[in-house]
Amino acid sequence: MPVGTIAISRRRALLGAGGLLMAAIVPLERSRAATRIVEDQTGPFAPNAFVRIAPDGSITLILPNVEMGQGIYTGEAMLIAEELDVGLDQIQIEAAPPDDAYVTKALGTEATGGSTSTIATWTSLREAGAVARTLLVGAAANRWVVDPASCQTEAGVVRHVPTGRTLTYGELAVEAAALPVPTSPVALRDPSTFRLIGHAQHRLDGPAKVNGTATFGIDIQQPDMKFGTVAACPVMGGVLLHVDDSATRKIPGVRDVLTIGNAVCVVGDHFWATRKGLEALAITWDEGVNSTVSTETVYRGLHEALQGPAIVAHTKGDAKGAIAGAATRVEAVYQQPLLAHAPMEPINCTVHVTAERCDIWVGTQVPMRARDAAAEVTGLPKDKVFLHNQYIGGGFGRRLEHEYVTQAVQFARQVAYPLKIVWSREEDLALDRYRPAYVDHLVGGLDAHGKLVGLSHRIVGPAVVARWAPEALLPNGVDDDLLVATVETPYAIPAMFLDYARREAPGVVTAWWRGVGGTRGVFVIESFIDELAASAKVDPVEFRRRMTGDHPRARAVLDLAAEKAEWGSKLPEGVGRGVALQYVFGSYLATVMEVEVSQMGTVRVRRAVVAVDCGRVVNPDQVVSQIEGGLIFGLSAALFNEITLEKGRVQEKNFNSYRILRMNESPAIEVHLVDSTEDPGGIGETGTAAAAAAAANAMAAATGRRYRRLPLTGAQA
Amino acid sequence: MLTLQVNGAAHQVDVPDDMPLLWVLRDVLGLPGTKFGCGIGECGACTVHVDGKAVRACSLPASLVGDRPVTTIEGLAEDEVATEVTKAWLDIDVVQCGYCQPGQIMAAIALLKSNLHPSDDEIDQAMSGNICRCGTYRRIRAAIRNVAGAV
Repeated sequence: MPVGTIAISRRRALLGAGGLLMAAIVPLERSRAATRIVEDQTGPFAPNAFVRIAPDGSITLILPNVEMGQGIYTGEAMLIAEELDVGLDQIQIEAAPPDDAYVTKALGTEATGGSTSTIATWTSLREAGAVARTLLVGAAANRWVVDPASCQTEAGVVRHVPTGRTLTYGELAVEAAALPVPTSPVALRDPSTFRLIGHAQHRLDGPAKVNGTATFGIDIQQPDMKFGTVAACPVMGGVLLHVDDSATRKIPGVRDVLTIGNAVCVVGDHFWATRKGLEALAITWDEGVNSTVSTETVYRGLHEALQGPAIVAHTKGDAKGAIAGAATRVEAVYQQPLLAHAPMEPINCTVHVTAERCDIWVGTQVPMRARDAAAEVTGLPKDKVFLHNQYIGGGFGRRLEHEYVTQAVQFARQVAYPLKIVWSREEDLALDRYRPAYVDHLVGGLDAHGKLVGLSHRIVGPAVVARWAPEALLPNGVDDDLLVATVETPYAIPAMFLDYARREAPGVVTAWWRGVGGTRGVFVIESFIDELAASAKVDPVEFRRRMTGDHPRARAVLDLAAEKAEWGSKLPEGVGRGVALQYVFGSYLATVMEVEVSQMGTVRVRRAVVAVDCGRVVNPDQVVSQIEGGLIFGLSAALFNEITLEKGRVQEKNFNSYRILRMNESPAIEVHLVDSTEDPGGIGETGTAAAAAAAANAMAAATGRRYRRLPLTGAQA
Repeated sequence: MLTLQVNGAAHQVDVPDDMPLLWVLRDVLGLPGTKFGCGIGECGACTVHVDGKAVRACSLPASLVGDRPVTTIEGLAEDEVATEVTKAWLDIDVVQCGYCQPGQIMAAIALLKSNLHPSDDEIDQAMSGNICRCGTYRRIRAAIRNVAGAV
């Protein structure tokens, strides 16, 4: 088992080098009910990269994906525990360190994103548990000199059924470790016998997160640690020319002023001193080529590319011919803005660089990339960089970037002490890497019966993948994320032509944002399907239903959502009902939203009903939770959010100008899960993908006008 | 030198007069349960109790606290309402990323201590200053209702 061996030897090496360090960073004992988070657990029994059992009976599950709210620690622990046959109250959990054993194949690196975690680990983590259990049973059978088939397991104990003898997993750990790991697949439980999977389990991180003991990256405390905060050039690509820090150095509590090529860091005894120190700096930037970029520059470039050359990304049949011969032609242009991630936990990173090693405490969705960047900056070998992944206070794609880790290491390597860098909210918004702005142009043809005969679609916008994972850009130059929800739809579309004009956004770096291609694509396609239905004078649910063809799962969620939302029942004046149907991240969703648009144009979302078929469900209540939260996240953006630029500078400074949906603005949300035995789909981003389309369609129903520009405002014509 | 009463103990701290309570708690006293979210009182992540009232620690200079007792998420162990609130939060798995939740919980406790049976409007009024990016609002409201029913 080379995979397991690599992981174990790395851990042992770390333990040897860092025993003292470990003592400082293992959190205090949680309350009795709380699951312990541990780090670098060794145990003689380590049959793979995910399970460690020690003779003292401690059972550690190492979870390949990081917890940022989506409930993955609980879900993945359930997958292992189901097959290992232990209770969730018997385990401690550990965030996977950077290691090849934890690479997500679909993402090409060790990463948590794209709603891939459950899909990727559904089989592999159950197998990891089953292999461990098989070895433990084998060890018991050897000790008793009995047939392994005469043994059963339950809650961390092996029992010899005929004699009633028992041994705990801890008692068997040393002997199990001596057995060869099976090379052929081990049998997995029949789903009908699942004790955990499919049954709602409380979140393992719940107790620590309600009693304030959960440690996020920003909460890290290290001996002799100092605090830093950063001002980077507010214009992307600009560099530092000069800094006068004479006033800053007089401020009580300020200890150091550090510089790198494009940023200044003030170091002090606490964040307040660093903040005051930063304000007292006189910084001269060379703002570079982007100092004239404005929001208009961004949109103008996108709209201009609606004409002219583009790459053909997808064709099916003769869409243009079908449209030319259609009874009715429908056309629309949709525009979507730059968006910030704005997680509640501002960007932060704690780093300690010595001659021998570099320790990084951070919440990251890409631990291996962050580690590799630190190795490059420090010149240390990768195995001397130790990344300690923490709870993430909201990821949403922001922590798929690691430039803030690179920056923190660049500063920290200049000092001897551990340095905790925390960005202000203003810095967090101004130096985010943004969801791109896009413009889409769609033309559809309807026959005399109101049936869609052809769809032509041009997408204009950046190719995020070209920067994030250049090797994944399709050979024809298309970012296949843009084909999500546009080519892969829940519909039978007889003829389609889709082309792509790549336009990188000037003045900003663009990045993944919750829902990625699904969020942008569902808004466009589901808005346009609604426009087609209106043109065909067919009810929007019925119009979609007729198009679901060979997607029975899509039809089922559509019917369920329509029924539960009382589709077609009368609504008060000024209130409209809209629907969105989607197949993204391997899951089917139908969302019906009720939205009120006042005479003044004020928009209020009253109710959302969602029907979900995400295949086999691991932790049902957490699926519901992700849909609820994902919708709210999507609605914040759909109703309020747009990053704007002036003279190359982001204008949105804080939550007063980048508004977030609040409790009094949030709709009632009902989520209905469809029973399914299909393999699991992703769920963390689906609700977000649904939000804008369902809201825009409901607003159109309320007012009789179309809403083709995000953010949605009632006044839009 | 200031003397602050935090979670039932007196602490002497040597900090600038304009330093917000948030940073005294987090960076000087080592109580990181109270979170930094915006620094301008817009998000509520830093909500603590001063004299039993919910306040934004990021915008309150520590020098203005005086001898009024400060309670943070770390100082709730003995409190009956707090015990019910945290239990209600766990019963229906309110949390997602959890970063805003100490602030949400402190706001909820302050509400319930002044009004044990708040209406939905009163819950909205008390809680809408606290942003949750994960969108756990529906469950927060439900948990507060459940406490009102339980106590």
